[in-house]
Amino acid sequence: MSESLPPRPRPSIAQRCLPIGVLAFVAACVLSLELSFAALFDPGAGLQLAAFLGGFLPPTHDLPFLRTLGHATLETFAMSLVGTALAAAVALPLAALLARPPHRIAARRTRAVPTDLLRAAGRLGLIALRSVPELVWAALLLVAVGVGPASGTLALSLHSSGVLARLQAEALENLDPAPAEALRLNGASALGTFLHGTLPLAAPRLLSWTLYRWESNVRAAALLGLVGAGGLGQSLHVSFSLFRLHDAAAIVLAMLALIAGVDALSFRLRRSLMR
Amino acid sequence: MTEPPRTADGYGSSALADPRLSRRLGIVLLGVVIAVPLLASAGLLDGDLVDARSLAASGRFLAGFWPPAHDLPFLARVLDAAWSTIAIATAGLAVALLVGAPLGALAAEALSRRRRGRYDDARVTLVRLPIRALLIVLRGVPELVWALLLVRLVGLGPSAGVAAVALTGTGLVGKAFAEILDATAREPAGALLDNGASATGALLFGALPAGAPDLLSYTAYRWECAVRTSAVLGFVGAGGLGQEIDLALRQFDGSRVATLLLALVLLVALADRASTGVRRTLERDG
Repeated sequence: MSESLPPRPRPSIAQRCLPIGVLAFVAACVLSLELSFAALFDPGAGLQLAAFLGGFLPPTHDLPFLRTLGHATLETFAMSLVGTALAAAVALPLAALLARPPHRIAARRTRAVPTDLLRAAGRLGLIALRSVPELVWAALLLVAVGVGPASGTLALSLHSSGVLARLQAEALENLDPAPAEALRLNGASALGTFLHGTLPLAAPRLLSWTLYRWESNVRAAALLGLVGAGGLGQSLHVSFSLFRLHDAAAIVLAMLALIAGVDALSFRLRRSLMR
Repeated sequence: MTEPPRTADGYGSSALADPRLSRRLGIVLLGVVIAVPLLASAGLLDGDLVDARSLAASGRFLAGFWPPAHDLPFLARVLDAAWSTIAIATAGLAVALLVGAPLGALAAEALSRRRRGRYDDARVTLVRLPIRALLIVLRGVPELVWALLLVRLVGLGPSAGVAAVALTGTGLVGKAFAEILDATAREPAGALLDNGASATGALLFGALPAGAPDLLSYTAYRWECAVRTSAVLGFVGAGGLGQEIDLALRQFDGSRVATLLLALVLLVALADRASTGVRRTLERDG
């Protein structure tokens, strides 16, 4: 029976070296950091740690605090929603221009090279937008628009528009080109072809990507306040700085609840879209 | 729907009238009514959002971006910070794997003898449920929040970053490993269990060989994400590039910010490449 089996595949040299290389890399990383968890493993530290963690309980729940917490939660929710909406509004035209979707195919036959160059430049811009994390955008925008939710909202929309434009451009490129080509070849304008041939076909996928961005934006929005950009993160930062651990616990719970709520909402919306 | 009457321009004007006009207008109106308070809450309707003074300040700040700072001592510091960003991510993920992978294997149903009707013992479920709950809590709290807490426990610096990446990472890795094992290894592990293998034997000789490609490629992807995360952990004092960016921003030092941003973008692109390269190497057969 063993004779009928194919020969055992031989790993390539790269595959042989990979485990050793990875282990050496991990060791180098761990050794190069000056890690000290002594504070955690001191004889007296156990009690201290227990006292510290015990300080989080119970989460604050008096009415005035809950009111401010509700306000901050609403602010985070608004930041995520507006940030996503702005990103979608910016990303869709960019995606339409930068993709090579069906509605441009007919046009490309007649046009010359410069559009390709412009498209490459545009794609580079998108990479720049999305490779700077939301938190860094927020910290940069603080200089221009000051402390508050505005910088957070704009930061979310900048990062997301880079991500979303790429995802949507890919969605547009993967469409069945037939409907758009039919319109284009019969004399419809590029815009008309996009609006009536490409967009209706792509809409579910585009909306689904937008919902995905909303889900990740609400997670980011909850944290942007750590650099001063409003919402729950800002409250968390303040309560940690003042060592109000009861408040911090309540804020983290509010974050988790908001994220779970948005996830559920987005799941519902997506299911109704796909039907 | 009836065919609209044809005219010289192809379609009659009756076809151009939108039959759902009032409905659409209603939706737009509703959208505006919802959007205004949302925009206000998101801070975009503040009158003093952009005033001349802050515009001038940001203009000066942006003008400082060119040329990016490139004196040698600073570049050495950037390199050091970039390396420690990578090191924090790698060390954190290594801990997350050491702890999360066994927890994931314990949480997977593919290795459950009880599920296969072989082993009637409630203790097994009693193990699985608390582990799942622990993993949910660990990954529910974002790295930045863990870091905020840990900085108070172990002090400023990379230790807090490593621990933060490890904590959220354990939750994510544990969940993903359990899911991968359940999805790819149910049959091989089940066949071994049905023939009397122990859970450990089924894991080592059934589940791991079947799930290995997905487990490894998920690990490479997770590392890439950990690098992105550890790049911003410095904003709460947990070391790496984020801390340098935070510092340069506080000093309004545009040229340093420019260099650091470039380093950040390069680092993320490099991590992206490395992780893709590792995944490709693993996928190639022989």
